[in-house]
Amino acid sequence: MPHTKPDLPLLYRQMLRSRLFEEAVRDLWQAGWIPGEMHLGLGEEAICAGIVMQLRRGDAMALDHRGTPPLLMRGIAPDSLLKEFMGAPDGLCGGMGGHMHLFAPEQLTASSGIVGAAGPTAAGFGLAAQQLRPGTVSLAFFGEGAVNQGMLMEAFNLAAVWKLPVLFVCKDNNLAITTASDTVTGGRLADRARGFGLAYFAADGADVEAVWRVADKALRRARRGDGPSFLHFECVHPEGHFLGDPLIQIARQPGDQLKQMAPSLLKAAVRGRGASVGKRVGSLTTISRLVGRTALKEIWGRHDPLAKCRKKMKLDPRQLDAIAAAVKAEIEAVVARATNAA
Amino acid sequence: MPTISFDQAIEAALAQAMAEDARIVILGEDVHTLRRNLFVRFGRDRVRATPISEAAFVGAAVSAAMAGLRPVVEVYMVDFLGVAMDALLNHAAKLTTFSGGRWKAPLVVRAPCGGGYGDGGQHAQSLWGWFSHIPGLNVVVPSNPADAGALMLTALADEGPTLFMEHKLLSEDWLGFLGRGGRDTVSFDVPTDGAHGQGPDFWQPLPLGEAASLRDGDDLVLISVGVGVHRCLQAAEKLAPDGIAAQVIDLRSVAPLDEKAICEAARRTGRVVVVDEDYMRYGLSGEIAAVLMAADIKARFGRVCTAETIPFDRRREEATLPNVSRILARARGIMG
Ligand SMILES: Cc1ncc(C[n+]2csc(CCOP(=O)(O)OP(=O)(O)O)c2C)c(N)n1
Repeated sequence: MPHTKPDLPLLYRQMLRSRLFEEAVRDLWQAGWIPGEMHLGLGEEAICAGIVMQLRRGDAMALDHRGTPPLLMRGIAPDSLLKEFMGAPDGLCGGMGGHMHLFAPEQLTASSGIVGAAGPTAAGFGLAAQQLRPGTVSLAFFGEGAVNQGMLMEAFNLAAVWKLPVLFVCKDNNLAITTASDTVTGGRLADRARGFGLAYFAADGADVEAVWRVADKALRRARRGDGPSFLHFECVHPEGHFLGDPLIQIARQPGDQLKQMAPSLLKAAVRGRGASVGKRVGSLTTISRLVGRTALKEIWGRHDPLAKCRKKMKLDPRQLDAIAAAVKAEIEAVVARATNAA
Repeated sequence: MPTISFDQAIEAALAQAMAEDARIVILGEDVHTLRRNLFVRFGRDRVRATPISEAAFVGAAVSAAMAGLRPVVEVYMVDFLGVAMDALLNHAAKLTTFSGGRWKAPLVVRAPCGGGYGDGGQHAQSLWGWFSHIPGLNVVVPSNPADAGALMLTALADEGPTLFMEHKLLSEDWLGFLGRGGRDTVSFDVPTDGAHGQGPDFWQPLPLGEAASLRDGDDLVLISVGVGVHRCLQAAEKLAPDGIAAQVIDLRSVAPLDEKAICEAARRTGRVVVVDEDYMRYGLSGEIAAVLMAADIKARFGRVCTAETIPFDRRREEATLPNVSRILARARGIMG
């Protein structure tokens, strides 16, 4: 029997679990336990919980480089994720994949670090769902930067003409690494989605209840065989593009970073044989705006999904504390097991 | 001559060329920050940030080159050229032949490559063999700052499409961005002489397809490109006390391949080990073996390459990529 109303305390618990797990991942990465790049889904918790917690057996997911929250919420053990990030043989993928290449065949979940790849993957999962498991669906998670990738737009079209049961989920923070996406994207996303024949839904990506409601509509459509949707949610990434993001480092320690960058920028601004003074000033302005945007913004602002959910739930503080204590204990135990084993 | 980093060498050569030739433009994701010094000096028309649309902007760079610009188009990593392969495979590489020699695409594609910092097998590949397989593409793989700056000028001056590959362990900027992330809790096996070195005040191009012999030796020759060159030099150093004198050749470009230098060294030493961070099958090592056989050179042959999908786990990654102990084992193996 499908729910008709979101169970906020349940969603809250899942979001908190994801938050605390990823904060632990952040600390372990910082301490050198986890190598390479690390993209977190901090800030995307409500989008993930509001959709993933409504999935059923047989539903599939195609994830991007921020796959940790959806996998956790889909029931993958945090131990196996953390061990994967640490490269352990008993990690989710035997330590062979790492955080951008996470695969869970039992949950029909695949990931890719290739921007836009979630589109075709979700279309293929949708095709298999349509033919083999009617009533099941597939999801594609991607950022707004990915909507200019050809393969994603081709997948929109494929899903539309074949009426595939696919939800294309766009997590929009208007920043792709250091490029403001609205400066490189033509038209409006709503028009683009509708132009491909996708149903378009939008909601506040920090409001898990609002996400749950539009996802409920899109999921019903897809399960009925009425075809694909484009779900558009705004969100923020408080840790930037990835851990160690230079823009975030500048925001936190302006002195150190700027001291390194400034001399060469100034030299470039005055070197002979280049653009006009006006153009050079234009470039400097672009760079300083980008830095300022990160530095000045109160990053969470109204965009913290957990804070928003707490307000809505109106649980008494003791209940909140009990949830927090239980989740914290779970995550601490996960970290202790993984670090002791290594 | 001042000491500079691998990245600074490329930037200095590019700046020198851009100041002289207004047709040179830079395209790519985030180039307004990644190439911020050039962005400030040459302005947004010549250093142009793109959407994440590799098929479109690499394809557009090919035709922009056909129509008079000299684009330097960047992708974040060579692994992502999969998305834009058609532009290189079926268009850039074919143009000269299809047009009966009447049309060229003077294009440079910059692509960071290589592993060794734990980023997983979709973000650690080398792939130069894959591109060199295609007639009509140049593929250069510098191993130090001086060559990197000079070969950038070579690529810019060449009339054909050139893939310019920058190993992330040689590039302080890429390694800092992708591997270190401001931490001092991780370490990498960075070849010091590859990441920093001497650079001239005024850059001159190198001839395309000319290998460099970096160390003399009569007993065997180690042949490589990129970071592999430094692993070979380390191995040669370790072989010396055993009385084994190894020559080390840095090919500097995979296409064109300096067959003459390879054949001469093989004839002289009679023993060849190819060290290739790219995949083993159907690649540089097999090509060199074929070149030797076709030239009727009898030499003992070994290869140290990447045979599998590169593991994420750093210990297994390190064992999968060519490393000094694997080179030593192979070199000693063919001495007997
Ligand atoms: C095909 C491809 N091009 C470029 C990259 C490098 N890259 C990784 S993430 C990213 C930005 C993605 O932005 P967006 O889709 O908005 O997602 P976000 O990271 O903001 O969540 C880029 C350019 C890549 N991984 N794959």
